[in-house]
Amino acid sequence: MKKSYKIEVDCANCANLMEEAAKKTEGVKDASVSFMTLKMKVEFEEGADAAAVMQKVLANCKKVESDCEIYL
Amino acid sequence: MTKKQKQLLIRIIVAAVFFVPLYLLSEGIIPNELPKWAILVLFLIPYLTAGHDVIRKALIGIKNRRPFDECFLMTVATVGAIVLGEYGEGAAVMLLYQVGELFQGIAVGRSRRNISALMDIRPDYANIEAEDGTLERVDPDEVETGSVIVVQPGEKVPIDGVVTEGTSALDTAALTGESRPRGVSVDDTVLSGSVNLTGVLKIRTTAEFGESTASKILELVENAASRKAKSEHFVAKFARIYTPAVCFAALALAVLPPLFCMITGIGLGGGVTAGQLLRDWLLRACTFLVISCPCAIVISVPLSFFAGLGGAGSRGILIKGANYLETLASVGTVAFDKTGTITKGTFEVTAVHHNTLDGNELLELAAHAECHSSHPISLSLQRAYGKPVDPARVADVQEISGHGITAKVDGRAVAVGNERLMNRLGVLPEHCHSAGTIIHVALDGEYAGHFVIADEVKERAKEAMEALAKAGVGRTVMLTGDINAVAKSVAEEVGISEYRAELLPQDKVACVEELLAGSTGGKKLAFVGDGINDAPVLSRADIGIAMGALGSDAAIEAADVVLMDDDPVKIAKAIRIARKCIRIVRENIGFALGVKAVCLILSALGRADMWIAILADVGVMVLAVLNAIRCLFVKDL
Repeated sequence: MKKSYKIEVDCANCANLMEEAAKKTEGVKDASVSFMTLKMKVEFEEGADAAAVMQKVLANCKKVESDCEIYL
Repeated sequence: MTKKQKQLLIRIIVAAVFFVPLYLLSEGIIPNELPKWAILVLFLIPYLTAGHDVIRKALIGIKNRRPFDECFLMTVATVGAIVLGEYGEGAAVMLLYQVGELFQGIAVGRSRRNISALMDIRPDYANIEAEDGTLERVDPDEVETGSVIVVQPGEKVPIDGVVTEGTSALDTAALTGESRPRGVSVDDTVLSGSVNLTGVLKIRTTAEFGESTASKILELVENAASRKAKSEHFVAKFARIYTPAVCFAALALAVLPPLFCMITGIGLGGGVTAGQLLRDWLLRACTFLVISCPCAIVISVPLSFFAGLGGAGSRGILIKGANYLETLASVGTVAFDKTGTITKGTFEVTAVHHNTLDGNELLELAAHAECHSSHPISLSLQRAYGKPVDPARVADVQEISGHGITAKVDGRAVAVGNERLMNRLGVLPEHCHSAGTIIHVALDGEYAGHFVIADEVKERAKEAMEALAKAGVGRTVMLTGDINAVAKSVAEEVGISEYRAELLPQDKVACVEELLAGSTGGKKLAFVGDGINDAPVLSRADIGIAMGALGSDAAIEAADVVLMDDDPVKIAKAIRIARKCIRIVRENIGFALGVKAVCLILSALGRADMWIAILADVGVMVLAVLNAIRCLFVKDL
């Protein structure tokens, strides 16, 4: 399952950090963050609960980039 | 400007107003008797006004055990400078760093808006006529297939459909890059995303909003940015390793040389104390940190790709990802499908050569046998027949790929196809000397005659080949299922160096594989097709380009680059856009790394002060961003 989320982040490097953090989150198969379109595309593992996983993704992203936001 | 950017601008202005007189005071240009601590306290006002959020972010980074980012570099460098007594420089670096950040934010925001304006095809509403004749605005998502919508002049067509009432001219520039308006009247197909210019149109929708052209294109464009180029991955990795590396290098620069001097005694004496030496090297380390900030590269590379994709999109060339821009830039061989790519694909029956049967009767049987096929040749037979086809008369239709069709029409076995089909059925076909595609017909196992079908070469095909040669594509190959004579005459007419004729669809894949094996030295192979029957070839080539793909879902799926109209000159244009974009990316990486390397060495040698450092950082970033935005300008390529 793939979903696309709108995000808010200030710098290109921070977007790369968010992508890393999202990829490492449990339940996420793959993730891609585009700083240019301000979009995060997340591919979830089979059977993962997207809403719960995204909460964890958001927490992990906040850890690496305090100013970021994901509109869930 | 966003609210955040406005706040930053105000902070920068306030800080600058404080900073300038203070700097004049501290340098003694305005004579004063202020004690040193007073000047320090005064300098902290502009410093904190401009940079408090940078310091806060750096502290949060340290707390989360991810200390090495730009904020950390800037905080350490400026705090270091202030502790070492260089108040003015410390505050100036923070101020100029923020100016750079603001500029970068505005530049990125602008290109974001520019590009979304280029692709401004998202319809916001659809009009549905109520029973009393008034128009009601509804969400296009809620319109069911087959409903009738009303599009007024100046409005965007929200959903694909067929005109049922009215005539008008449509502006399709956002879809195809073609600026000439297209006239439409009853029964014409209209695509969502085009703008109605002159008259009111009533349109019966043929798709749902989500399946309409505009939605498909938008989805494709939005996904493009998430397919990253190799250089983007390189930059992300680079930034991760680079920042910690320069931090340790700076630390080494601050500690090792003074330590070395103190142990060996070299450089000491002559009035130079160990304390002065340490201060000197610490300052060099701070300068080093300021220069090393990687933002110029980190921002300019994705910005270049984004601008390149947007620029190409605005000319009707959809590229599915930044990675394909890289491949496209190194294309050395282009293979073409003939029909629909080099030729118009609008076949006309130019002659009917029959024996026993009447010509019209032969045409009637052939048109019926082909009535379920959407192959261009079948359509041309049906057009030539000119009367409505009755599918109830047809049974047992069998399509034999690369051969033709067999079917029962009015109970008689009809076979329509090429020479191969006749051979397969054991029928001896008659040879024909007319130029064109020959379609033979067998009736109940007996040869019944043939049609000559000719296809026109596109007007701009020759120009397209010349443009490709100019763009540095050394080899062009035409692949076709058509007979040798036709392939030869078309290849010669448009100036294609090689051709392979009489290929079955599966042979085309083999041909492409052979070409792939033959291309060396990092040169890539592009295949251009119209998406009918060649989806496997499109995906097998290094890069698949689908032409005139509006409306063909299979092609949009299989191809990496989609040309929205069928102008073959766009192939060369796409390659040139990709080359320009890659060149700019390389320029930026080379320029930024080069300037930084020189300045880093100068600072390590003590030849560069904080002012040069901040210029090397912000100046390089501004130039790289401006250079990246050039990718957007592709009109004259």
